[in-house]
Amino acid sequence: MEEIRILAPNGVCGSGFVEASFEKGLCAQPHFIGCDAGSTDPGPSHLGSGEPAFPREAVKRDLRLMMLGARRLKVPLLIGSAGTAGADPHLAWYADIVREIAAAESLSFKLALIHAEQDKTYLKQRLHEGRIKPLHPAPHFDESVIERSAHIVGMMGAEPFMKALNAGADIVIAGRASDTAIFAALPLMRGFPEGMAWHAAKILECGAAAVVNRKTPDCMFAWLRHDHFVVEAPDEELRCTPQSVASHSLYENADPFRLIESSGTLDLTQSHYEAISDRAVKVSGSTFIPAQCYTVKLEGAELAGYQSIVIGSIRDPFIIRQIDDWTARLTDKIHARVHMVYGDRLKPTDYVLNIRIYGKNGTMGPLEPVKEILSHELCLLIEVTAPTQDVASSIAGMARHQALHLPIPEWSGLITALACPYNPAHLDRGAVYRFNINHVVEPDDPYEMFPMELIDIGAKT
Amino acid sequence: MTTLAKLARLIRSKNAGPFELTFDIMFDDAATYERVRRSGAISREAVAQRYGLPAAEVKFFWCDNALAIKASIPRPYFQGDLLDSDGHGGQQYAPLMDIEIA
Repeated sequence: MEEIRILAPNGVCGSGFVEASFEKGLCAQPHFIGCDAGSTDPGPSHLGSGEPAFPREAVKRDLRLMMLGARRLKVPLLIGSAGTAGADPHLAWYADIVREIAAAESLSFKLALIHAEQDKTYLKQRLHEGRIKPLHPAPHFDESVIERSAHIVGMMGAEPFMKALNAGADIVIAGRASDTAIFAALPLMRGFPEGMAWHAAKILECGAAAVVNRKTPDCMFAWLRHDHFVVEAPDEELRCTPQSVASHSLYENADPFRLIESSGTLDLTQSHYEAISDRAVKVSGSTFIPAQCYTVKLEGAELAGYQSIVIGSIRDPFIIRQIDDWTARLTDKIHARVHMVYGDRLKPTDYVLNIRIYGKNGTMGPLEPVKEILSHELCLLIEVTAPTQDVASSIAGMARHQALHLPIPEWSGLITALACPYNPAHLDRGAVYRFNINHVVEPDDPYEMFPMELIDIGAKT
Repeated sequence: MTTLAKLARLIRSKNAGPFELTFDIMFDDAATYERVRRSGAISREAVAQRYGLPAAEVKFFWCDNALAIKASIPRPYFQGDLLDSDGHGGQQYAPLMDIEIA
């Protein structure tokens, strides 16, 4: 096989792409269509709650076009990190959409579902064997973290996708997966060199993000050969330049030259980028250093509590000039009031009170180098996180009232210090989660953490 | 003298996973990129100083192919933690903008 052609409709399924670009991509006869569908970027609540970040109808629109395109060409469709976080609830949500589209469009195909949710007993066993290791920086990890987690996923490499393709899957919907593994799997099966295959995958996994003039999320196409690959966006208005393609390896990576996968490290230090037209770029020289030990990255989320917030603003220059002292006094007052109401039933360590001050350091927190407040008004966000929603809501109500009437020495008499734009003034935010794992597992093989189901969809009975 | 924001095509920050924050400083042409490099104003130490970190905590790269400078730092709070203020890490680059370039 001299060449493998790959179509990536966009950087995340559900964000949209231009249908005409996709059709043009299909005309270039791809050997497969791949699409990433998740990330940690939308935050820990998606992994913790099992809720996807993109709306169902938006995902269905993209998925329907991809499924119809792939079945028309009779080529595989590979989707990774289903439903944002790729745990079992997300995978089931995706499988349901796939079934709905298949029924509506009378499609029949072999579907592979690859699970990435991790069994807690398995993880505890690996932990006791010393085969779970921290990355840097990593939160503290022990058996109680495994117990507390709402969901833990492993990030699969290319191998589980290869297994599904070898089993004859036409459409693969995978739980949490390395974005690049989706695109590297088939080329690696066909014997293309790892350096070029993984680098092409890295460009493709973000769709048209590597162009100079990205307008909206859209398609990218690659021609992978044995010593290089060429990338070009199907939309003729979109241009790749050597600089734009080289720049893409910077995006959301801590290190722009070394990208770590389960099976090794993609090394871009010798990569060469060359314009072969005003829209297409040829990339060569990328290498892959196989890992001494195969590792699978874990992602976990646990409940941090239930949250309520009060949003209010301050315009009085007397209060603004003493804002740090004012918030310190407010904090003491709120804790005192909570103790008055709950007594020993609720200790100060049972809940978290956080006051964010926009106009001071609300955006950057401890990283903010500007210490002087220059604004004539400040926005306060008073945030309470507690073991139950009821408690969070109650404390937020008390916080509102304490903040409203906190006295300052410059005025005598009852003041009202906080302007509240909403009524009721406090908002219940529900359950909030935190990421709690940045570790890797050393499994016996690349498959044991990722069980696969093969399902005949639309088969005549 | 001018500032980095006036010379760069794009200065941005973003999560690099939930535990690190990364900065990209990108230029349109090689001459400007070289001018910034030669000025000596941008370095691992300069980034560390702007964010109040020890230099050893900063990863720092010159990316010649991309005409870009990259730096990564540990997040002060992990993404989405109770005290985190920027879930996508997208608004943490402002302190780099006014770095003076000869």
